[in-house]
Amino acid sequence: MRVVFLIPTPLRPFADGRSRIEIDVAKEPPALGDALEALWQAAPGVRDRVLTEQGEVRQHVNVFVGTESCRWTGGLGTPVADGAEIAIFPAISGGVC
Amino acid sequence: MKTVRLLVGTTKGVFFLRAPAERTAWQVEGPHLPGRAIYSLAHDGREGRRRVWAGAASMHWGAVLVPTDDWGRTWDEPQEANIKFPADSGLALKQVWQIAPGLDDEPDTLYCGVDPAALFRSTDAGKTWEVVRGLLDHPHRERWQPGGGGMCLHTIVRDPGNADRMWIAISSGGVYRTSDGGRTWTARNAGIRAEFMPEKYPEFGQCVHKVVQHPSRAGRLFAQNHWGLYRSDDAGDSWQDIARGVPSDFGFAMTIHPHEPDTVYIIPIQSDMVRVAPEEKLRVYRTRNGGRSWEALTRGLPQRHAYDIVLRDALTTDRLDPAGIYFGTRNGKLYASKDNGASWRVAIDGLPSITCVRAVVVDVDRKPARRAAPRRSARR
Repeated sequence: MRVVFLIPTPLRPFADGRSRIEIDVAKEPPALGDALEALWQAAPGVRDRVLTEQGEVRQHVNVFVGTESCRWTGGLGTPVADGAEIAIFPAISGGVC
Repeated sequence: MKTVRLLVGTTKGVFFLRAPAERTAWQVEGPHLPGRAIYSLAHDGREGRRRVWAGAASMHWGAVLVPTDDWGRTWDEPQEANIKFPADSGLALKQVWQIAPGLDDEPDTLYCGVDPAALFRSTDAGKTWEVVRGLLDHPHRERWQPGGGGMCLHTIVRDPGNADRMWIAISSGGVYRTSDGGRTWTARNAGIRAEFMPEKYPEFGQCVHKVVQHPSRAGRLFAQNHWGLYRSDDAGDSWQDIARGVPSDFGFAMTIHPHEPDTVYIIPIQSDMVRVAPEEKLRVYRTRNGGRSWEALTRGLPQRHAYDIVLRDALTTDRLDPAGIYFGTRNGKLYASKDNGASWRVAIDGLPSITCVRAVVVDVDRKPARRAAPRRSARR
């Protein structure tokens, strides 16, 4: 099955400048973590910006499957449907004044 | 011909300043790594390198070490985060607080200190890094407490004559020393007061803010604490209070003169609850006798309505004679002295909040050695 990742501007240098990456996910049925594993193969530099070294989504990063943040839908275990759009966003909680 | 370069870390990127050896006028360029908090910078000039390392933290995307070999024209952003805690620690990197190139006879060794408090070492010029296990697994770890800036290992002091001996400082855990290259560590805080604890002289838990040593006097240490100024003449086995003649013994910044081992500079802060310049006067204090007495250096510094403060790594010296002394403030002013601190001028105003300052004297006639940067990666 195939999913689409939307890459935010700050991470595009780690994704060959792409804003959108379509990826085939081998595992059926896939969870968000499986889809992200496939993304890391295509854009390895994105991984450590999204996850800590302990494999957790960083505090000030949000990953949406469709329109729901994975924080409310099971984290990396969130089910992912064929054709799903997965968007990575910097959270508004981050940043420095 | 010599030029002086200042490496200035701010909460929003790196700035480089440059001046001829006379240090009369400064050219500024930056920000590099814009938007990221830079709490550590280091220049590695060993083996013909002209490499600057920056500890760059994004609140969103995490922290990495990023090198440049051409004063910021290009930065080698690592694809994979280069400082990572091992899985069994359960810890995740927040910030790199200190980068310390190794001794001259270990040209490919670097150390860095991080939050959460840990020490990392590279022995291949920064290509790969490994946590120093002896400190990571220290039994005191569970009782270290974070300070206002996090739980950071912010100071690394090497013994220039003994690669196996070094001191590190943790806020708030105190000073620790190893004499076996990092395998074992001993708390070295006897005589340092912990004002904020019921037991005033515990074995560890002190909130040390900075430790300095002159390379010609290995084992003679000076410390600026969260309350308290101290000197140790026995490699940290004991500490003596040297806070006589300063308006406050609270502060962060401390540095030592490059050629005078008894000359130390500090910039006091009113108190931990009121973090402004004491008596609204921005003053650098200097001792020239190892802490027996202190003098205020004020010429060119604001002596009315001054509220600025200076963080632990934002006070430094160059190696010229007379020495240049530099400090950057939380309000983004960079002050420079070209006469050992006797007088000061604003080198630049209006930077973001300054977190660290380093000075490098560069011989511009010397051709840099051709060296591969540690890792090719996304150029930003």
